[in-house]
Amino acid sequence: MSNLLEINDLSVSFDTPEGEVQAVRDVSLSLPEGKVLALVGESGCGKSVLCRSVMKLLPRTAKIKSGSIMADGVDITNYGERDMRKLRGRMFAMVFQDPMTTLNPVMPVGDQIAEAVRVHNRRISRTDAHRRAVEMMELVGIERAEERSRLYPYNFSGGMRQRSVMAIALASNPRILFADEPTTALDVTIQAQILDLFREIQATLHTATLFVTHDLGVVARVADLVAVMYAGRIVELGTVEDIFYDPRHPYTWGLLQALPAWSRGRDMLNAIPGMPPSLIHPPRGDAFACRNPYALGIDYLEQPPMFRISETHSAATWLLDPAAPKVQSPIHGGPHAEQ
Amino acid sequence: MLNSDYVRVEHLSHRFHLTRKIAIDALKDVSFAIDRGEILGLVGESGSGKSTVARCVMGILKPTGGRVIYDGIDVNAAKLSRDENVRLQKERQIIFQDSGSALNPRMSVRRILSEPLDIHGLSRDREAREKLLIQNLDFVGLDPGVLESRPGELSGGQRQRVSIARALLMKPKLIVADEPIASLDVSIQAQIVNLFKHLQAEHGFTFLFIAHDLAMVEFLCDRVGVMSKGRLVELAPTRQLYDSPQHPYTKALLAAMPIPDPRRERSREIPVYHAPEYVTRQEWTRVGFDHYVLMER
Ligand SMILES: Nc1ncnc2c1ncn2[C@@H]1O[C@H](COP(=O)(O)OP(=O)(O)OP(=O)(O)O)[C@@H](O)[C@H]1O
Ligand SMILES: Nc1ncnc2c1ncn2[C@@H]1O[C@H](COP(=O)(O)OP(=O)(O)OP(=O)(O)O)[C@@H](O)[C@H]1O
Ligand SMILES: [Mg+2]
Ligand SMILES: [Mg+2]
Repeated sequence: MSNLLEINDLSVSFDTPEGEVQAVRDVSLSLPEGKVLALVGESGCGKSVLCRSVMKLLPRTAKIKSGSIMADGVDITNYGERDMRKLRGRMFAMVFQDPMTTLNPVMPVGDQIAEAVRVHNRRISRTDAHRRAVEMMELVGIERAEERSRLYPYNFSGGMRQRSVMAIALASNPRILFADEPTTALDVTIQAQILDLFREIQATLHTATLFVTHDLGVVARVADLVAVMYAGRIVELGTVEDIFYDPRHPYTWGLLQALPAWSRGRDMLNAIPGMPPSLIHPPRGDAFACRNPYALGIDYLEQPPMFRISETHSAATWLLDPAAPKVQSPIHGGPHAEQ
Repeated sequence: MLNSDYVRVEHLSHRFHLTRKIAIDALKDVSFAIDRGEILGLVGESGSGKSTVARCVMGILKPTGGRVIYDGIDVNAAKLSRDENVRLQKERQIIFQDSGSALNPRMSVRRILSEPLDIHGLSRDREAREKLLIQNLDFVGLDPGVLESRPGELSGGQRQRVSIARALLMKPKLIVADEPIASLDVSIQAQIVNLFKHLQAEHGFTFLFIAHDLAMVEFLCDRVGVMSKGRLVELAPTRQLYDSPQHPYTKALLAAMPIPDPRRERSREIPVYHAPEYVTRQEWTRVGFDHYVLMER
């Protein structure tokens, strides 16, 4: 199994009047062919910036400070706009977070999908591209697709827009797909169908997908691998089973415990208290320390390294240091064990 | 179903004309009411008309049939008194679906938040204003540092929270929240849901809460309405609906609720709901205390 995408020690910052925003810090990730890696983490922790920096779709104020990006064995770290334009739409495609900002408001949706089809296949005729676009719309579950293909984005419901953006991304048969919260506006029955469609595409075309989502139910359904991100860094990485059944980082514990399933019959949900740190001057030690009930003294002083737990599983927390006190995971046994 | 006088949605219908020949019936005879201080959830198929209901309740869209009465005021009436207009604007706030991208990209967050206050001449004192802005940002878990940022410099979830803060700043009585938390991580979702509960319990806010996350709806809402293909098909107190759903669509929806547990989630088949091609006469039928279902006759 080969890695279609390899990110090594990537750091990305924005220059702002207030200072340097360190949005992505020392991130290393490998995305094997035919697998779905789910990227989860606190709002603002750098998930979208990470995807956009691989696609080189960042504003000018952004800079790749260090690290490297390999796509299908080729180092693209220093690729300029011209080289990237060739890769986008063939090698890479991205489903962006805000459908409204991706769709052209003054162009019928069907034409926008047909355009994506033509980027991939220049020789296809206009009528065939349109027919293919309608097929794509049907594939992602838009009813009355032929009629709707001639309509504009504002004629669509939120979920239909989101599915159109997905159709655009899939139309070009990318090898690596970035899907940034592609199902947030869908009802659960359609969501399940779309997720199964993702897995099917995965299996037949061996696409590698980086799937950004907040919905842990979605992660449970689509992901093979999971990366948990906090304040610009990856704090835990493992298979979907590792993360759900044997999570090790206190932030991962906090996320899982915030699910409504952990608060059945209670008045309030378990939000993680406090706020993530500013990325302008991130703290010296573990960025999660001040919100972490299990924090050790060293957490405030020194960034923990990635500790290896198994072949597939690693986490950046000092709790995994052999010298650390033993802490029982609060997740142990699932949401209903402790009551 | 219409035993409350606070918000009454009466036989609401809406048809979008796309071309001369094609039309979409986005809403078909939808009726329900919201009690003062209640959190009513609205769930359902994508494209079933939830956002259209929200827009009609806010008076942004004039329905082609039926009406919405807010606290005795017909929202779409041709003539309203000045006083009624001011009340409608101040007392109702909407958090739009995908509202992050609706923020003016040229304005700083400070101006975005200040604008509605300026319009209504609220909180003019500078220090008090500053305190109010910071307090509302804190409610939604944002650092005061974002005040000087522009929307483009914020993440998707940060922008969404700016919209929530803007709606709350006006201290409205009714909040129409169209998918307000879908783009937030679970911990911040929990924080916002806790905040909504607090606002309801302590300050008597009323919510129309539109969402796809059925677990959150179950946790937050007092009653839930289910929509499919432009119709409200079931309406019941939350516990009742989740424990004994009656309409086939509600059953399919609840059965598809994702489980955050990979082994269980992957091993289950998700039922697909096919709406009947032709509907015969349908009628609202009471099947339990405060529990109504749209049934074929
Ligand atoms: N153009 C920009 N200028 C300055 N800072 C930025 C810019 N774009 C993003 N940021 C900052 O970078 C950080 C990471 O943003 P990013 O959009 O990657 O978050 P995210 O993990 O995708 O969050 P969400 O789940 O809310 O979408 C945020 O703190 C954001 O404020
Ligand atoms: N401006 C418009 N012009 C034409 N048709 C529209 C317009 N807005 C909505 N529609 C149509 O009305 C129907 C209901 O849309 P609405 O946005 O209310 O759905 P929704 O239940 O909010 O869906 P979602 O969960 O996907 O947001 C859809 O079929 C949609 O295509
Ligand atoms: Mg994002
Ligand atoms: Mg909607």
